[in-house]
Amino acid sequence: MPDGPAPAPVIQRLRVRYAKRGRLRFTSQRDVSRAVERAVRRAGIPVAFSAGFTPHPKISYTGAAPTGVASEAEYLELGLTDTRDPARVRADLDAALPPGLDVLDVVPAPAGTSLADRLQASEWRVRLDGVDPGVADRAVAAFMAAERVEVERLTKKGRRRFDARAAVFACELDRRAPEAADAPSAILRMVVRHVTPAVRPDDVLAGLRQVADLAPPSPPLVTRLAQGPLDEATGELADPLDPDREAVPPPGGDAGTAHGAAQERPAGTESADVVTTRP
Amino acid sequence: MPVESLFARLEPLLARVNKPIQYVGGELNSQIKDWDDAEVRWALMYPDAYEVGLPNQGVQILYEILNERDGVLAERTYAVWPDMEKLMREHGVPQFTVDAHRPVAAFDLLGVSFATELGYTNLLNALDLAGIPLEAADRTDEHPIVIAGGHAAFNPEPIADFLDAAVLGDGEEIVLAITEVVREWKAEGRPGGRDELLMRLASSGGVYVPKFYDVTYLPDGRIQRVAPNRPGVPWRVAKHTVMDLDSWPYPKKPLVPLAETVHERYSVEIFRGCTRGCRFCQAGMITRPVRERSITTIGEMVEGGLKESGFTEVGLLSLSSADHSEIADIAKGLADRYEGTNTSLSLPSTRVDAFNVTLANEFSRNGRRSGLTFAPEGGSERMRRVINKMVSEEDLIRTVTTAYASGWRQVKLYFMCGLPTETDEDVLAIADMARRVIQAGREATGRRDIRCTVSIGGFVPKPHTPFQWAAQCDPRTVDRRLRALRDELRRDKEYGRAIGLRYHEGEPSIIEGLLSRGDRRVGKVIRAVWEDGGRFDGWSEHFSYERWVACAEKALADEPVDIDWYTTRERDEVEVLPWDHLDAGLDREWLWQDWQDALAEVGVEDCRWTPCYDCGVCPTMGTEIQIGPTGKKLLPLSVV
Repeated sequence: MPDGPAPAPVIQRLRVRYAKRGRLRFTSQRDVSRAVERAVRRAGIPVAFSAGFTPHPKISYTGAAPTGVASEAEYLELGLTDTRDPARVRADLDAALPPGLDVLDVVPAPAGTSLADRLQASEWRVRLDGVDPGVADRAVAAFMAAERVEVERLTKKGRRRFDARAAVFACELDRRAPEAADAPSAILRMVVRHVTPAVRPDDVLAGLRQVADLAPPSPPLVTRLAQGPLDEATGELADPLDPDREAVPPPGGDAGTAHGAAQERPAGTESADVVTTRP
Repeated sequence: MPVESLFARLEPLLARVNKPIQYVGGELNSQIKDWDDAEVRWALMYPDAYEVGLPNQGVQILYEILNERDGVLAERTYAVWPDMEKLMREHGVPQFTVDAHRPVAAFDLLGVSFATELGYTNLLNALDLAGIPLEAADRTDEHPIVIAGGHAAFNPEPIADFLDAAVLGDGEEIVLAITEVVREWKAEGRPGGRDELLMRLASSGGVYVPKFYDVTYLPDGRIQRVAPNRPGVPWRVAKHTVMDLDSWPYPKKPLVPLAETVHERYSVEIFRGCTRGCRFCQAGMITRPVRERSITTIGEMVEGGLKESGFTEVGLLSLSSADHSEIADIAKGLADRYEGTNTSLSLPSTRVDAFNVTLANEFSRNGRRSGLTFAPEGGSERMRRVINKMVSEEDLIRTVTTAYASGWRQVKLYFMCGLPTETDEDVLAIADMARRVIQAGREATGRRDIRCTVSIGGFVPKPHTPFQWAAQCDPRTVDRRLRALRDELRRDKEYGRAIGLRYHEGEPSIIEGLLSRGDRRVGKVIRAVWEDGGRFDGWSEHFSYERWVACAEKALADEPVDIDWYTTRERDEVEVLPWDHLDAGLDREWLWQDWQDALAEVGVEDCRWTPCYDCGVCPTMGTEIQIGPTGKKLLPLSVV
């Protein structure tokens, strides 16, 4: 063990919801974690470090969206050596991160609770450019009518076959989406349970290809819209940070938390297709 | 004319390539300026993959200096990997900058920084992807001025046909001077077109425009003469030297990438130049004299750079960092200041010297003492006299004993193979040295888990050094000596397991040698290699020796020269060297004398502490040695 005092203990845990938008959707999970480590340093947030020869900051991630997929609902937890106002952490961390990695919500985490347990399902939005909505609608219907749809994915351990159908709680064509004048485009919304092995939107798309020969001419634009506990009656996902907000009744109303999602979220949550290139 | 972002066309391709983040930009501290507001627009290229190019100090410094100026815009571009190149060609997406994804061909200037010659094929690939004609002669007023810098630009002749211009030495001041020339010329309505602009640059004496010089050859292949082909062009082009590093404290706002890169730290150059006089070292010869950055400025830069970046490591860069006149105060000051903040300090390029172990201890106060690197470069005392690396075996043993006793468990020793006058015995002496190192470590600590790694690189003679006349060792001899050394290390079970050996085959060094000391005829070889698919020659998985040899045979078939002629042939004193018209300040007679001294195994001292020995640089360039001590100390930060 190295000389010197033991690292300062964790005094406060914060749960952070952040978005991965525009061109920053091409960040991998490793890229995000490096960016966050640097941002907490720049922002002066007192993150705790592990003991040992190569101390690591206590920042943990749950169920990160794949590289190339945008998200409005990514989650991480920070262990701090001191107590900080979550609203302040939200603003400071957001300012220190590059535009496109945007902090939406920060709440204190009560001891003994697990965020991962609450992230039961994800809601995804998939834009398929060059695909006729009617064709997509029929493909979705065929997929949902099937009991099992075996798909293949290349994993690090080689090819793997698994069922992509059972995990899909809901999948439908988004009919509210405005039709572009020049090119057809279909938008799907799907609610997919978190299972093992994980079923991702591209697995569902592989399933659509299999049951209905749906082959989009260009890569799909995928955005995770939400993660949380799934209400099977309504098909809605609850905000997984709500129990934390309720557990810590903040003095003077809402000041103890920093629910900024409503303001931060761009109209239509089309983050995958909005290219946030600065002028 | 507005220039559109290519991002919309690039975006669908990103989903289909490896590590798309490298093409996306958006680094912290990167900037995008308004295209139409800019009078002069630079695209800066590091001709290697993003992960290598992004941390490059030269590019970051110029990027920041240029973008600080009103009316000037600078963006960056890097070599794209073959998977991306294929898609870009299929979809007609040209070479782009990562900042605003603008087409490289739309800029006024394309500045390319060559730290090594192995980026030449990547230059050709980028030009081709950009839609810029490869040969400077084929470019029109619509194309950017392609201009090379970096250490390899001290002999740009192998790529002379592909360049409009080259600049030697420190870039900070000359990049702004060039910008002013371009600004004026554009403001006047571009009189005389491209040629007049190049003429204005060339006549200043600080920019080399290859096409204004004619090279003639003797029947046997040697150069007869290099001469200006029009009035107003100087016979020799001089390097640039920044004389006050404190007034150029860049990078102030280091670029912090999202992608993983080779160096994830804030680097501060603590001085430029080196007068240790190692004869193999091109960097030490062409960056003279020594100019220190003051301890005060270093302290301010570290403070600002960490705050702006969020990096957790600071690198104190130079060619021999422990030689800074106030390095002890810098080390202690920074270690004190950042104690308990999980900030690590590193000091690359240190000499074999027990004092450096003390420094390393300071830098690793609370961390793991894993490995220390020393570079004796030559295995035998004789070899070290030839290369002027004045380290005795006793120095080394004393140093490593201190290191092991201070808790370091591993020592890495760096050597070269294929040095002038080298014999098999010189290389085998490395094994003796490594065994003595292990023995010293075991005695100093009473432990058996002492390790030593021997790392060996192939020597490549470089322009503007005393070894510029030397014959490069042929790869078969290098490989034979390295195998003999490996066998010798393995033979001894008592030490064999404690000593690791890392080396490369000799063949790539020959191609590096061809590109280092080549002349304009080598351009045909580079072009043939690129046309045959050669890319990323600095990467062993992409480099093909066979391709280079085959292309050289074809491209040089009508010439009286070949690869051996450029590499393993010794030159005599009167031969005109391809870079003789490019002035690094070094007196040619002094270089020749130093080459003779090398053969006679005579050393030369460092002019920082002994009288001037007339290498020629200071009087020729109007420069002088700038060293401390200033007597100042680093102050602790008020808020850490």
